Amino acid sequence: MIRTGLSILCFAMMCILFSHIPAQAQETLSIQVKKGELRATPSFLGKIVARVAYGDRVDVTEKRGAWRKVSPRGGNLQGWIHASALTAKRVLLRAGQAGVRTGATRDELALAGKGFSEEVEASYRKENGKLDYTWINRMETFEVTPDQMRNFLVQGGVSLPREGDRP
Amino acid sequence: MIANVLRAGLILAATLALAACAAVETATTVATTVSEQAGVISPEQGKAIRTGTAAVSKSLEDFTPEQEYFIGRAVAAAVLSKYPAYASTPVNQYVNTLGQTLAAASDKPEIFAGYHFLVLDSDDINAFATPGGHIFVTRGLIRCCTTEDALASVLAHEIGHVRLRHGMQSIEKARITEALTVLAREGATTFGSREVAQLTQTFSGAISDIANTMIGRGYSRAFEYEADEASVTLTRHVGYNPGGLIDMLTVMDKKLKPGGPDFAKTHPSPRDRMNEIRSRGGVFPQAATPKERQDRFLKAVGRI
Repeated sequence: MIRTGLSILCFAMMCILFSHIPAQAQETLSIQVKKGELRATPSFLGKIVARVAYGDRVDVTEKRGAWRKVSPRGGNLQGWIHASALTAKRVLLRAGQAGVRTGATRDELALAGKGFSEEVEASYRKENGKLDYTWINRMETFEVTPDQMRNFLVQGGVSLPREGDRP
Repeated sequence: MIANVLRAGLILAATLALAACAAVETATTVATTVSEQAGVISPEQGKAIRTGTAAVSKSLEDFTPEQEYFIGRAVAAAVLSKYPAYASTPVNQYVNTLGQTLAAASDKPEIFAGYHFLVLDSDDINAFATPGGHIFVTRGLIRCCTTEDALASVLAHEIGHVRLRHGMQSIEKARITEALTVLAREGATTFGSREVAQLTQTFSGAISDIANTMIGRGYSRAFEYEADEASVTLTRHVGYNPGGLIDMLTVMDKKLKPGGPDFAKTHPSPRDRMNEIRSRGGVFPQAATPKERQDRFLKAVGRI
C-alpha cells in the first residue's frame, strides 16, 4: 500500500518535472534574412535546393553544429541553413494583412517593411538630394556562387571549416 | 490590513516564481497586474511600472535585421559621398570572392542582405563596414597588403566590426529609445506622413551618429583591438596565415602619413595594434604563401 502510494507520488513528481517539455519538441523558427537559401549539405558549398523569404516559418528537423535542417511550413521541401539566418521571433507580416496585430511584442520582430524601411529611405533621400545610391545597389548584386567559392578555396589552398562542425 | 499585504505579497512572489522563465518584462507586467488586482498598488502606479520596464528594455536588440540593413545603406551612402567607387570589375570580383568566403566562415555568416565589398578609389589608407554588411576598402589600404593573407586580415577585421555590431553601438542611447518609441506606436494601418517624417529625422540622427564615429573620429581603441582579434581568429580558421595582419600593419606603419584624415586619425597606430595583438597571444610563425595564391593576388590587385 505504502509502495503503491510512493509510486504514485513518484509518477506525479515526474509528471510535474517533465510537464513543460512537450513530447517530441518541434522547433519552429523564422527566416530573418532577405533571401534565405536551403542547401543539400550543411555547408555554404552545398548545392542550393530551395529558397526561403524573410519571415517564412520553418520546422527544424535536424541539427549539426551551427547548421539546421529545416522544412518550410506547409511544404515537403527540406534543406540546411546556417542558424544565424534563423530567429525564434516571429516576423510579423506587413500591416493590413490578415491576422496582423498592432505593434510587436518582445517575442516578435517589428512588422516587415515598417520602421527604418524603404519608405523612410525614400524620405531620407529626398531630404539629402546629393546622396548617390547607384554603387550601393550595384555592390549588393556582387554574388559569389558555391562553385566559385569552392574553386577559390581549392586554388588558394584554404578551406571552410568542416561542414556543420563549427558553432 | 497586514493579512491583505501578506496575501498580495504571496501572490506576487508566486507569480514571479512561475514567470521566472519568461522575459523579465513579461514577468514584471504579470506581477504588476496581479499586484494591482490585489490592491497593493494603484492602477496608475501599475501603468508607470509597465511603461518604465518597456522603456528600459528598448535596446539594439529591438532593431530588426531589416532596419539595420537600411541604416547600413545610408551609412554606405555617407562613405560614398566622401570617396568614389573604384569601378574595376575584376578587382571588385576578387575582393568579393575573398571577403564573402571569409564571411561564410565567420560566426555570423548570415545577415539580412549578405556581405558585399567595394574598393574605393583613393590613396588614403581607409576602410569602413556598415551595419548592413557593406564593406569598403581604399586602394591605399590594399597597397599595404603584400599577400592575399594580408588582404584577408583586412577584410576579416571589417567583418569583425559588423559581427560585433560596432556601428550600431555608436548610435546614441537617447536616439535608440526615441526611434523605438515611434516604432512601438505603429498601428495596424500604414504610417501616416507625420510618423514617417519623425522616423526620418531619427533615422538621419542615427546615420550621423554612426558616420561621425566611423568616418570622423573613429571607434574606441577597444573596438579596434576586438576587430583585430576577430581578424586573427577568422583568418586562422580558414587556413590563412594570421600573421598577415602583422605584415600589413608593418607596411602601413611606413606608409601612413601623420595627421592624415584616414587611419592616421581614426585608428590606434599600427605599432600599438601590433603590440596589442602580440600581448593577446598573437605569435605567428613565418609562413610562406603558396605560389598559386600569391599569383592570383598579384594578378588581381598587384598594380592597384
